[in-house]
Amino acid sequence: MRRFAASPYGVVVLIAVLVAALPAVLPTTFYVRIAALVFIFALAVVGLNLLMGFAGQVSLGHAGFFGIGAYAVAIGPTHLGIPSWAAFVIGVALAALIAFLVGRPILRLKGHYLAVATLGLGILIAMVMTNEAAWTGGPDGMPVPRLELFGWRVRGPVTWYWVSGITLVIGAWIAANLIASPTGRAFRAIHDSETAARVLGVDVARYKLLAFVLSAAYAAVAGAYLALFDGLVTPDSAGFLRSIEFVTMAVLGGLGSIFGSVVGAMILTVLPQVLTVFHDYEHIALGAIMIVFMIFLRAGIVPSLLTFLRRSS
Amino acid sequence: MQRLPKIMLAAASLWLTAGAAQAEIKLGSVLSVTGPASFLGDPEKRTLEIYVAELNAKGGINGQQIKLFVYDDGGDANKAKTFATRLAEEDKVDAMVGGSTTGTTMAMIPVFEDAGIPFISLAGAVQVVKPVKKWVFKTPHTDTMACEKIFEDLKKRNLTKIGMISGTDAFGKSMRDQCMTVTSKYGIEVLHEESYGPRDSDMTPQLTNIKNKAGIQAVINPGFGQGPAIVTRNYRQLGITVPLYQSHGVGSKQFIDLAGTAADGVRLPAAALLVADKLPDSDPQKKVVVDYKKTYEQKTGQPVSTFGGHMYDGLMILVEAMKRAKSADKAKVRDEIEKTRNFMGTAGVVNMSATDHLGLDLTAFRMLEIKNGDWSLVQ
Repeated sequence: MRRFAASPYGVVVLIAVLVAALPAVLPTTFYVRIAALVFIFALAVVGLNLLMGFAGQVSLGHAGFFGIGAYAVAIGPTHLGIPSWAAFVIGVALAALIAFLVGRPILRLKGHYLAVATLGLGILIAMVMTNEAAWTGGPDGMPVPRLELFGWRVRGPVTWYWVSGITLVIGAWIAANLIASPTGRAFRAIHDSETAARVLGVDVARYKLLAFVLSAAYAAVAGAYLALFDGLVTPDSAGFLRSIEFVTMAVLGGLGSIFGSVVGAMILTVLPQVLTVFHDYEHIALGAIMIVFMIFLRAGIVPSLLTFLRRSS
Repeated sequence: MQRLPKIMLAAASLWLTAGAAQAEIKLGSVLSVTGPASFLGDPEKRTLEIYVAELNAKGGINGQQIKLFVYDDGGDANKAKTFATRLAEEDKVDAMVGGSTTGTTMAMIPVFEDAGIPFISLAGAVQVVKPVKKWVFKTPHTDTMACEKIFEDLKKRNLTKIGMISGTDAFGKSMRDQCMTVTSKYGIEVLHEESYGPRDSDMTPQLTNIKNKAGIQAVINPGFGQGPAIVTRNYRQLGITVPLYQSHGVGSKQFIDLAGTAADGVRLPAAALLVADKLPDSDPQKKVVVDYKKTYEQKTGQPVSTFGGHMYDGLMILVEAMKRAKSADKAKVRDEIEKTRNFMGTAGVVNMSATDHLGLDLTAFRMLEIKNGDWSLVQ
């Protein structure tokens, strides 16, 4: 069990089982919606984890890429007459392209400087979405036409549960594959020590850029899904708070753990729903729970618990 | 991991049993109590809680107590939609009053339309009720109506050629666009247009252009925040003599404080709530706005805002409809909301119909003029 949980592929199987089994215990479509949201956010966080947890580069602007995916499926069909699925592909490609163009110069920065640069990038994207009202509907947002594939209208929480769940499994599988490959080893080498990685012949700039572009693509896919699922997109989806939420999910669940990303996304999506019983104190309760997690499970929930299991067995 | 489904099930059964209590009217609300739109959601939530408590103390509606379900979406449309789903599926509410912003409202509309639950929105934009949606209503006036009120006043004064200087923020932009759609209806001609950014600290160049343009008879300034105050100051400094109109976006005491004596003579359309005490006793709206203002300020210790007023109107329209329907049956209540006639709210007289789910006309706005640092009604 221990080795199974620690192996990257075991995690993919675990997520797949979870996706397949959950509908049996979800009583109403409200729960199905929450689960679908968890999968969508988890997908973005798995991508961010590749960058932050494995390659060790921080990004405080990932909601920008999330927003690009979301607005692509809104603007494409509405203003340009492009079918939703094509707009989806273009949106993901565009996010990857922007990450590629911007990534090279800003990934030269380290630590706090990189954090500030990515923060600026995210805010810039959100500003464009807020101000270009003729295209984006401004701060009020704009409606997103339903996705249609071969005459099948993709709508409703149950459908989106399966679409996002299966995509998450695929996304986790790609990430697990990548981590087990030489590329994954290069990521971890950069994380541990850039100088040492360079001495060993790792093209540091190239691998950092690869992680950045990949994570941007993950975020864009998730953003497009959320927009299509909600049928509406607002600039909040690309906002600073959303970026922080992604980073919090990744750190809370555990950096460098794919299953941790899913757990992080789940906690931050489900907790606010549970904590409404505290009425006016829900934000205090949420903050307190997160502080407790970070004090007692310092490496994030999943890695800390795994270490605990390992020690006790 | 086996624990997780069990915990979720336990949580589910907890919610379900809580919902199965004796017959009471379940009223849902999703508001932006925190986050960037909290200036809307906070007074709305306080108003809702004050008046529901009052209604319950008086025996509720049709002998049934009201049970409130209030959620905070933080201004996030996605969260709003999740909470809306929760209201419809889990809490099984009979009606919904809320949706502080246009974004959150638009996200929630499909949920309540699908579930067939009456939904009274507090959002500003006209697309909430246009095209008309079967289950959706709204209480606040629209930006277009503010423009029309200004144009109406211009026509009364025989001023038809105007200059416009607008903020590039969301409010200024939206209102400017709305104004442009109704100019021809009132025979207004916009001779010159200028704009300024939300953080600009000097608008003298733009105003100089307006001053030098021959034939301008009045200037309109759609904007929100500090921009309009700076425009007003610069306007006086340049000695422009034609009348200056501000929008309902500056309808707060802060504007007068910021603009100082330069504000004297500025006209603007505003809700009656702003001048509650100054309304003549013969005004049919006086009792409603004075009562609301008194209650709100007494219970919260904070100055009244028009946003809380929108909640008051929404709640009361719903309560009246439930009384007329003699039940909380969703379809009957919806029909009765649509039949709302001569309802006097803080925003004005509401007359709904199958084609108009807002029901306000231009009397919703009062034309005010600032005199000696205070509001006064233009007769």
